[in-house]
Amino acid sequence: MPSRSVKAAGLILLIAVACALPFVLSGFRLFQFSQVFIYAMALLGLNILTGYNGQISLGHGAFYALGAYTTAILVDRAGVNYALTIPAAFLLCLVVGFLFGIPALRLEGLYLALATFSLALAIPQILKYFEHWTGGSQGIVLSKPKAPWGLPLTRDQWLYYLSLAVLIVLFVLGRNLLQGRVGRALVAIRDNPIAAEAMGINSALYKSLAFGVSAAYTGVAGALSGVVVAFVAPDTFNVFLSITFLVGVVVGGLASISGAIFGALFIQFVPNWAQDISKAAPWAIYGIFLIVFMYVMPRGISGSLRLAWSRLVRPKR
Amino acid sequence: MTGRRTVLALVLTLGLAVLAAPVLAADPGVTATEIKIGNTNPYSGPASAYGTIGKGIGAYFKKVNDEGGINGRKINYITYDDSYSPPKTVEMVRKLVESDQVAILFQTLGTPPNSAIHKYMNEEKVPHLFVATGATKWNDPKNFPWTMGWQPNYQTEGKIYAQYILKNIPNAKVGILFQNDDYGKDYLKGFEDGLGDAAKKLIVLKQSYEVTDPTIDSQIVNLKNSGANVFFNITIPKFAVQAIKKSHDIGWKPTHFLNNVSSSLGTVLKPAGLEASRGLITALYAKEITDPQWKNDKGMQDWLAWMKKYYPEGALDDQANAYAYTVAQTMVHVLKQCGNDLSRANIMRQAANIKNLELPLLLPGIKINTSPTDYAPIEQEQLAKFDGERWALFGELYDASKK
Repeated sequence: MPSRSVKAAGLILLIAVACALPFVLSGFRLFQFSQVFIYAMALLGLNILTGYNGQISLGHGAFYALGAYTTAILVDRAGVNYALTIPAAFLLCLVVGFLFGIPALRLEGLYLALATFSLALAIPQILKYFEHWTGGSQGIVLSKPKAPWGLPLTRDQWLYYLSLAVLIVLFVLGRNLLQGRVGRALVAIRDNPIAAEAMGINSALYKSLAFGVSAAYTGVAGALSGVVVAFVAPDTFNVFLSITFLVGVVVGGLASISGAIFGALFIQFVPNWAQDISKAAPWAIYGIFLIVFMYVMPRGISGSLRLAWSRLVRPKR
Repeated sequence: MTGRRTVLALVLTLGLAVLAAPVLAADPGVTATEIKIGNTNPYSGPASAYGTIGKGIGAYFKKVNDEGGINGRKINYITYDDSYSPPKTVEMVRKLVESDQVAILFQTLGTPPNSAIHKYMNEEKVPHLFVATGATKWNDPKNFPWTMGWQPNYQTEGKIYAQYILKNIPNAKVGILFQNDDYGKDYLKGFEDGLGDAAKKLIVLKQSYEVTDPTIDSQIVNLKNSGANVFFNITIPKFAVQAIKKSHDIGWKPTHFLNNVSSSLGTVLKPAGLEASRGLITALYAKEITDPQWKNDKGMQDWLAWMKKYYPEGALDDQANAYAYTVAQTMVHVLKQCGNDLSRANIMRQAANIKNLELPLLLPGIKINTSPTDYAPIEQEQLAKFDGERWALFGELYDASKK
């Protein structure tokens, strides 16, 4: 592990670079990076559940959709300021996730994966059913917000900073949560539930809580995606989205906070590269990428980086 | 001498350059030898069956380029996969406009993907031409002057059937089966609007289905039991086959109106059974490529030759490949009409100034017309009845713009 000061310096440098990007990149690139930040939030959420707590979810696209529609409906039907809808999405998804987590307690491993998969399958149809609120398959069109307080920023620049700020807040909160008592309890439950219970950890409570927090993170990501894309429709939130999230978590690195960023970069850019390489079979190329990544970096990108770093600093054992 | 001449030539050139600058440097995507056209299509994902349209358009542009291009310019067609996912469409379209710097966007496919970029295209003032969806909202030049549809919209078609029923079937009792989404509801709205006040009295039962349902047998039985003698069938091909078969099997013989979406002989009527399909009525605007009556038609033969040479991997019984061919011809027509001024504003002006354009695969007599206040290129359709072998056209061309 790199020393604390090196790590802090690296982090500050990274944030400084991220803050400078909007003055270098085009609007289109900023949109892509805003999406990376949004995916990173969702991946961190899923990682809390899957990486730290060992519960596999194939249905996080549903919470993403819930967040996006919370924002869209509040802005479009009730005229609420978009910024206020983000905490609303957080709270709603926290509650829904927690409640979903309670029956899910009875399901382990693959059975839980199937139960959550049903969420992902159902959500597009549910959204179409409540057409009165959701606009059915036509979706809801929103306006891209302007920068507030007269800031001299374009919309893309403003949304980039907004996503970055929310991402940093969620990461700091997540880090405090995961590196403290709660995080250790979650990991203990993952590694050996019986031993964890024997140590006095309320397994049921922590598991439901992990589900709630995980859903809340993903919901915030969905809410921001609604703002950034300025359009929500059921076709966005198909099963493939949920699977993409799981791919991102595993490729980025399970049980790793920084892994969320790497995973987000992967799911945002690799499909595009695959398409640039071959128009005829982009998903075959994507599949090859995925296999290579898993073979070369079995612990995900962040795990491999950590390994490389420790070899670099301490070459002799 | 030479020195003065050179100076003179230089001055002249500079002067010309200054004069020409507003034209040449006007808009991105156009050079002296090239025009860039952007597109998104679902090459993967749930709607990937439509991806053949994006490929077909590329194959047609290839033919145009092989024949020398348009006014000396080759078409550089850039198409990306959006998997029918609106955020992906936004990303890919922004890439096309901001990074690839295309002159125009052409035939982006699907109602939700196009809804997601509708505002953006109009804010950026980039032509968003001939979108591949039958929704009604693309004909709105006042609020969205940079977006234009192409095919007749579903509401128009629904109205055509309604008017036929009002005129010709005095004691009609109408049963309706529709897909429960925007496509089905658009048809339904047009149909009910067309019936007007009579709608409540004439429609005896409406049944819906979800696109994910395995079968619609029970809906057909319900419709038969309602006593309906007219059946308006708003279904996609898979369910249209089932509906035609089932109603034939249970001996229900209403006057059966089948929406244009499922009018293909090869993919619907033949699988359902030609005998069971006898008497179906639909509205057409294009020649049905699997219909034997067009076998010796010049336009159809040209299309076949093109398919074999430029798109051999495309299916010869898929109407979408005829659609791609025809819509690409419309685009080429507009670009030719632009002459040497390929600014975005002029491309849009010419797209809104198509006069009586007839294309080889449209039905005889159908003319494409647009104007600054009319952004609905194809507004004519003709009813046809299936005689057990082919679609027999009857009655006059119906023109939605005149009603």
